[in-house]
Amino acid sequence: MVAIQRYLEFTGKVGLFASHAVCRAVLPPFEVRMIFRQIEEVGWKSLPLVLASGFAVGLVLTLHTRSSLLRFGAEAMIPTVQSLSFFNEIGPLIAGLLVAGRVGAGIGAELANMRVTEQIDAIEALSIDSFKLLVIPRLIACIIALPILTVFMDVAGLTGGYLVERSISHLSLPLFLEQAFSQVGWATFIPPTLKTAVFGLIIGLISSFFGYTTDEGASGVGRASTNSVVISSLLIILSDVLLVKAIFFLFPDSAI
Amino acid sequence: MSGSGEPAVVFESVTKRFGDRKVLDDVSFAVETGEALCILGRSGTGKSVTLKLMIGLLKPEKGAVKIRGQNIVDLDEDGLSKVRRQIGFLFQSAALFDSFSLNDNLELPLARMTKKSKEEIDSIIQATLDDVGLGKDRHKMPAELSGGMRKRAGLARALALDPCILLADEPNSGLDRVTSSEIDDLLLGLKEKGKTTIVIVTHDVRGARRVGDRMAVLEKGRLLAIGKAEELENHENELVRALVSEKD
Repeated sequence: MVAIQRYLEFTGKVGLFASHAVCRAVLPPFEVRMIFRQIEEVGWKSLPLVLASGFAVGLVLTLHTRSSLLRFGAEAMIPTVQSLSFFNEIGPLIAGLLVAGRVGAGIGAELANMRVTEQIDAIEALSIDSFKLLVIPRLIACIIALPILTVFMDVAGLTGGYLVERSISHLSLPLFLEQAFSQVGWATFIPPTLKTAVFGLIIGLISSFFGYTTDEGASGVGRASTNSVVISSLLIILSDVLLVKAIFFLFPDSAI
Repeated sequence: MSGSGEPAVVFESVTKRFGDRKVLDDVSFAVETGEALCILGRSGTGKSVTLKLMIGLLKPEKGAVKIRGQNIVDLDEDGLSKVRRQIGFLFQSAALFDSFSLNDNLELPLARMTKKSKEEIDSIIQATLDDVGLGKDRHKMPAELSGGMRKRAGLARALALDPCILLADEPNSGLDRVTSSEIDDLLLGLKEKGKTTIVIVTHDVRGARRVGDRMAVLEKGRLLAIGKAEELENHENELVRALVSEKD
């Protein structure tokens, strides 16, 4: 009973925080400088991690699918299978989880530390809206950066896959690309990529919530960081299920 | 102290609770315009809470907090924002924005709260930092500053908007006697200019006696005494006498 009450309390608080964020986001002044600063933090600084992970996953995925497809004599399908799996699911989901780990923890810890060290109080004392200055730019940056990072993830994954194919079957790049994109249409690329904007919203919202609202000391900083990653990752996976169903419903072509 | 006209800060029967714990209990006092009041007391007696109530970072359960005649307790965010523009706040830890340089820490309020040009803002930042002896450290990050420098930087940021009320939460804490004295000199200089009302929460009796016109003593959320240092030295309450005495 207590657990249900806590869950409902948490959901209510996050809901209020989210509605507060939406109201503040559409009202001026717009913190353009801070938004660009956060896009650099969230996007640019996550790029090496996303590229390295995408490349490694591309390599491993190709090695695995190659051995499976060889049994059915369908190794010619490897580039197609790889591109479809990356564009549809692996790219968006792994990019979302990686950013939840790196950025979610960072936002949660940074805001909680600012709360504990009275920096947020100092912003308020200077007559500046701390919510608008700290939360909204992080939220918008996550929403913008995630789809862009996903595209880089997809490209890195395909690059890894191509290198494996190249080393094993000496497949040429034009042929690899032709096969990889033979089944890829807008419906299999755009909606799954854009769904990561929802992942960005979840990461920005949850990690900002835990960081901004912490009222504990140093232990609260650690807890905010951990909770940001755990809850963001969980919600990304759960929302992915709903988003995939929604994409299949809205874009039947992608559900072949 | 000028002592003329409306008091800069008035507390009227202010009570503040955190859960079941009463942090301030029916506290009333006034700080005249241009006066420097030092609030003393043991740790956990509600001194910092008193300052945060003055700037509207906390709201009392009961009573009124008046800044230059305006009760700020029921003000909305916009109303509070207007009142806060008249107040500078030096936090205990200085609370500098650690991802911003010293320049950006001062530029943030100036760029948002005033309509001054970039050149004017630059010259105000330089002049304010020069005043606190940090003119050459303008582009340093807070992590590169010592404890005393951070306090001075926090003071510079609090003074950037030329406030008529300065609230300082333990400006000398964690500092050696020499650095502590330098901070007191800055506050004293500010007071001598005569237009800024200063409220200081401190444990440093020497500094309080030097900078403050009057002292207030809080104990367990209640105001035990308020008055000039010489008056409090002969107060009937032993704790008041002990807290305002310069003898260790």
